[in-house]
Amino acid sequence: MAAVMPASGSTPIAEGDAFGTPPPAPPRAPLPAGRRAEREAGPWQRAWRRLRRRRGAMLGLVVVLAFIALAVFAPWIAPHDPIETSWSAVRKAPSAAHWFGTDEIGRDVLSRVVWGTRASLLAAVVSVSISLLLGVPIGLAAGFIGGAVDALISRITDAFLACPFLILAIALAAFLGPSLTNAMIAIGVSATPIFVRLTRAQVINVKVEDYIEAARAVGNPPLRIALRHVMPNIAAPLIVQATLAIAAAVIAEASLSFLGLGQQPPAPSWGSMLNTAKNYVDNAAWMAIWPGLSIFLLVLSFNLLGDGLRDALDPRQR
Amino acid sequence: MLEYLVRRVATILPTLLFVSMLIFGLQQLLPGDPAVILAGEERDPNVVAYLREKLHLDEPLPMRYVHWVGGVLQGDLGESVRSQQPVLELIVQKLPVTVELALLAMTIALVIGIPAGVVSAVGRGTAWDYAANMFALWGLSTPNFWLGILLILLFSVQLGWLPASGYVSPFEDLGANLAAMIMPAFVLGNAIAAVLMRHTRSAMLQVLSADYVRTARAKGLSERVVVLKHALRNALTPIITLGALELGTLLSGAVLTEQVFTIPGFGKLIVDSVFNRDYAVVQGVVLVTATAYIVLNLLADLAYFAVNPRLRS
Repeated sequence: MAAVMPASGSTPIAEGDAFGTPPPAPPRAPLPAGRRAEREAGPWQRAWRRLRRRRGAMLGLVVVLAFIALAVFAPWIAPHDPIETSWSAVRKAPSAAHWFGTDEIGRDVLSRVVWGTRASLLAAVVSVSISLLLGVPIGLAAGFIGGAVDALISRITDAFLACPFLILAIALAAFLGPSLTNAMIAIGVSATPIFVRLTRAQVINVKVEDYIEAARAVGNPPLRIALRHVMPNIAAPLIVQATLAIAAAVIAEASLSFLGLGQQPPAPSWGSMLNTAKNYVDNAAWMAIWPGLSIFLLVLSFNLLGDGLRDALDPRQR
Repeated sequence: MLEYLVRRVATILPTLLFVSMLIFGLQQLLPGDPAVILAGEERDPNVVAYLREKLHLDEPLPMRYVHWVGGVLQGDLGESVRSQQPVLELIVQKLPVTVELALLAMTIALVIGIPAGVVSAVGRGTAWDYAANMFALWGLSTPNFWLGILLILLFSVQLGWLPASGYVSPFEDLGANLAAMIMPAFVLGNAIAAVLMRHTRSAMLQVLSADYVRTARAKGLSERVVVLKHALRNALTPIITLGALELGTLLSGAVLTEQVFTIPGFGKLIVDSVFNRDYAVVQGVVLVTATAYIVLNLLADLAYFAVNPRLRS
């Protein structure tokens, strides 16, 4: 039977679906076949089916899941201690003992890449969660209340968007002080205006629909309309944007770490590994190859998944 | 036209106001007494006292903002704690380097991105389309500091063709300048080429199904003329406007690229000031960047308006 995922914000549309798989997260297990299932499939099931047909998106999903596994099981997968130094094995080329070679103070690069997955994924997911938790309610308020509230929120959003994303993140991280936590806050806050703007635009589109009018007519309070009737209908673009934002956040975290504003040494992170590797590029190229390749693969996978989700959740855009 | 111009220009005023508040507000994030932190490592009591006086730290927050904005409007962005130079002077010194890098990068992005988008739209569903889309995904997913390191590895370390670092002013030696700038410009242009390719592809797809393109074909014009003269020319307007939005990517990317290739521009300035805890410089750079972004987008909007007769009526 379908793997039951934590019910994060179940929606009225799909509440009565045949599989007990709570939306919006697409179920991972294969769907049971059968005509009954086909007929009763909710929009999320149909989207999942469309997603499954997209090879790029599925490839992205598989690689993302593999990276998640790598992060969760890092202590068991990494062959060495990621911060244990060894002066007898400084900048050794890849070998049977050290598949990805060793770094400038003899640490195992493979183990550091594996452990670095944790920092990267954690930072990306936490920062995008911050953006969602801040951006969606603010956007809902702007779109739903309108008037002066909307005007004020929109101008502030414009101001944030006028500062290039990474430069704002660098400035915030610089003033907050260098640490992984502050990098996550900086990235999350910098990405928030995108979600405010998207949520607001979606809410304005949806709130003129008849079903919202109907919900209002039967006497639902505004907050209930916003949460139970508007939210589920604007979830799809938010999911797509969140997936693409995770890709951007992985790069942003790596960038901040590269600049020394993220994960602090000796804890491993891909960005800071690349920063060190830059100085040894003429005699220890392996130090630069693997962390960069990991960032590239993880970002590529989230981008593939995001593009696939966009096509699956909104077929009209094709 | 004039009315639109006035209204559009008026919209940037509140944005600028909030941008200035945001950047002023950064100071409030500093843990502890700003004067002590801003004074740098030495914490010279004279400097602390001077800063407390200069930043009006004994006055309430709104008053401090008014003082700060008043200074900014007169071109006073504060002073670098490190070099004692006015922040504005530092920025003006470093700006031309980044502008050159940005222009080169934009050129590379246009030269790659637009043809790739045209080819991909014209040959929709073919191997060309597939290849162009692969290129776009690559461009969007590669962290530019990694691409920079890989290029250094290939062209500087392995082949020895290009210098890994060492900026030379174009007025001193243009050849050496370009040799030092070509890799960073490519790194920066690569990501934007990907975005431009996607915009070009979708704009071209839309235009290619328009009636006037069908008419042009029916007249018996060659496909080449139809695509380049009739379709691309009309598709270019949205491409250029959307391309202007990539300016932020360009500036963000410049920070990392300049760091990798040790180019003494704007990006290097912000990173160095972060490390030196030279907060006034950080604020100044963000303020100038945001203002430039707002003004350039305004210009792009006005250009869009000017070339699109349908909007003028």
